[in-house]
Amino acid sequence: MTGTVKRRLYALAATAVLLVSPLLALDGDIGMHDPSTVVVHDGKFYAYGTGNGLPISVSDDGWTWRRAGTLMQAVPGGRPGADVLARGGNNTWAPDLIRSGDKYFVYYSAPGTQPKAAIGLLIGKTLDPSSPDYKWEDGGPVVWSDGVEDSNAIDPGVFRDPSNGSLWLTYGSYFGYIRLVELNPKTGTRLSPERKPINVAINGEASIMIFRDGWYYLLVTHGSCCAGANSSYNIRMGRAKKVTGPFIDNVGIDMLQGGGKLFLGSGGRYVGPGHFGLLDLGEGVQKFSCHYEADLDRGGISVLDIRPLLWRDGWPVAGENFKEGTYEIESVRTGTALELAVQGAPVGGLRGRGGRGGAGAAVVTPIPAQDAAQVSSNWPAGPVDVRMAPYMLQAQQKWTVTPVANVGGYPGSPYFKITIAGTDRALTATDDQELAVLATFSGGPEQLWRIDQLTDGTYRVMPKTAPNSSAPLALSAIGSSTPTLARFTPDSDRQRWFFKAP
Amino acid sequence: MSDRTLLPSLVLVSVLAGVVVAAHAQDTAAGRLPRAGSRGGPAPSLVRPTSSAKPPNADGFLQRWLLLEPIAVSGQLTDSAVQTAVKTASVPDPFTAIPRDGDPVSVGNTKVAWHAVDTTGYNVNLYHFAYALNRPTSNVLFWAVTIVNAPRELSGVRLAIGSNAASVWWVNGKEVIGLYNERQTVVDDGVSKRLTLKQGANVIRAAIVNAGGHTDFCARFLDDQDRPLKGITVSVTSSSTTKGSAK
Repeated sequence: MTGTVKRRLYALAATAVLLVSPLLALDGDIGMHDPSTVVVHDGKFYAYGTGNGLPISVSDDGWTWRRAGTLMQAVPGGRPGADVLARGGNNTWAPDLIRSGDKYFVYYSAPGTQPKAAIGLLIGKTLDPSSPDYKWEDGGPVVWSDGVEDSNAIDPGVFRDPSNGSLWLTYGSYFGYIRLVELNPKTGTRLSPERKPINVAINGEASIMIFRDGWYYLLVTHGSCCAGANSSYNIRMGRAKKVTGPFIDNVGIDMLQGGGKLFLGSGGRYVGPGHFGLLDLGEGVQKFSCHYEADLDRGGISVLDIRPLLWRDGWPVAGENFKEGTYEIESVRTGTALELAVQGAPVGGLRGRGGRGGAGAAVVTPIPAQDAAQVSSNWPAGPVDVRMAPYMLQAQQKWTVTPVANVGGYPGSPYFKITIAGTDRALTATDDQELAVLATFSGGPEQLWRIDQLTDGTYRVMPKTAPNSSAPLALSAIGSSTPTLARFTPDSDRQRWFFKAP
Repeated sequence: MSDRTLLPSLVLVSVLAGVVVAAHAQDTAAGRLPRAGSRGGPAPSLVRPTSSAKPPNADGFLQRWLLLEPIAVSGQLTDSAVQTAVKTASVPDPFTAIPRDGDPVSVGNTKVAWHAVDTTGYNVNLYHFAYALNRPTSNVLFWAVTIVNAPRELSGVRLAIGSNAASVWWVNGKEVIGLYNERQTVVDDGVSKRLTLKQGANVIRAAIVNAGGHTDFCARFLDDQDRPLKGITVSVTSSSTTKGSAK
């Protein structure tokens, strides 16, 4: 099953859509198919996808995206080079890119009549189309398939081995194998063209590798694409101790024999995820990009998304962007919960506990949950400190987290406001880089919060701006009863939080 | 409270420089800790200071304190009850008049006295303290005072405390921590906002309210990297502070 024939049509249809709801996957013009790895350059986020000339998507914050022309507009002749056209064809699909030294290498699919196809190389110094240095040079075909061999040379995925700096390219789509070749980090072309490519997997496309803790992970998209909500795309993976494999899944099956542990399938309002890309933001914060074949909230078009990347038992796990709701916010470090610093009242009021064995079957009346309306009459009207305490299901310990529209965001999510449930009392970063709860939400950057899920599944919580501080600060448990704002330290639990059902 | 209000006391006490605490304590029988026995006997973890000042221990804990014998309060530990207890059991603010070992105090009809102690642990065991004096340990409020001597102005530091049970803390007359409800002493449970220790003497005051059972506290300062603060000394007289208190 190839499924790539219809890609371009779906991708073009998607580009016409502009949605701004903060509740959806990303914001702005995010129609995209076969996205590249998302790359950060000079503070902006760039992604490239299938389409005529390889359309460029750019974002200032990783949340709101816009189109910025095509890569081929900056290539001499405006199309793949002659050798690429000769080895493959005139289509431009599914690019991937990497920075190597002072250059960017873009690898793109140039299929003719599949499986006759080639992967071309573009070389440039900057991703910023407004830069005077912006241009792309044709680097020729890197790998190709002749239409007969067990290979379909499309869907490049480029990978730098952090253990030694070597550069590798995986490619392929259903016809035959997913293949691996080593690249020259200086030129972007094959390091040893005379060497036969290494077969590493079958039954998929959109392959790419990542590395962690001595393991190489090969992620490959299985299933069918390009049929909207009828697409069965899903991302699967195996791992190996060597970059060349063998890549074995969680039940011991080689990906060359069809193995593959599921990383991400359809879920929620999204059908058919594919084309994994790692977005490592540093300090232990990792995200991944993908597209969905159909976003049901956007009429079933194909869209880009960015989500948290988690790790569990030696395997990557697809996290979910933060969902609005009411939560207990609990410190991983201390096990105590964030609360408004007011005198609490027991849920249900003061009452005896009965005998040590309970009061027996006669007393079975349920006690309703405590909300702010029941107990807030004694709370001070103005600013109130924030502290932490054992979670007791009390109203001052329940926080409602709500996305805020039109204030920007960060990779994968909009900013949120964090208020005491049932009130407009808003968590605020103060002028002295501490915390307070103000009586109302003003919309200021000190009341907008970024909530990143970390690789262990816990969360980092950061104000969009902390007054009088140029440093990014995170909610930090400095004591069992005391929160503050401090620099995020990845090797500590201080800035890690659970969001639990209240 | 301004620094100026502290100065007269410091100058007065500085006249007594060279008179170590132990010697002074022997002259104030009203406040003397028992030296032997069980109830009314020694406080196993508390000893008399024998020097004019000492550094915090390796983990930064302040081990030298003036403790006031317990004052009866309701023993309620809610925010409002503890704040009320602090007011009803109030004593002269040590920021304006630093008590001395053995000084008597009247709180209502109760006569109590200050005791200078060094703790041998990271924490100050108030149960040991009260038990050794044959005083109640339940439904009581303890006042504790110490002086932290800073070699220079230290900004961005925090007072970090743990207490059993509720407690309220002041640095140089300003309330910086309030911990309420039943609780056990946990290192760095309550932590102040960032504050500045001035060069010279800084007065730390605490009120610890216990409802029943064990009672103790621990306290240290953290630097701007949240590490135990180094370079300070702790005393219960201002003799060691006069050099830096001119600021």
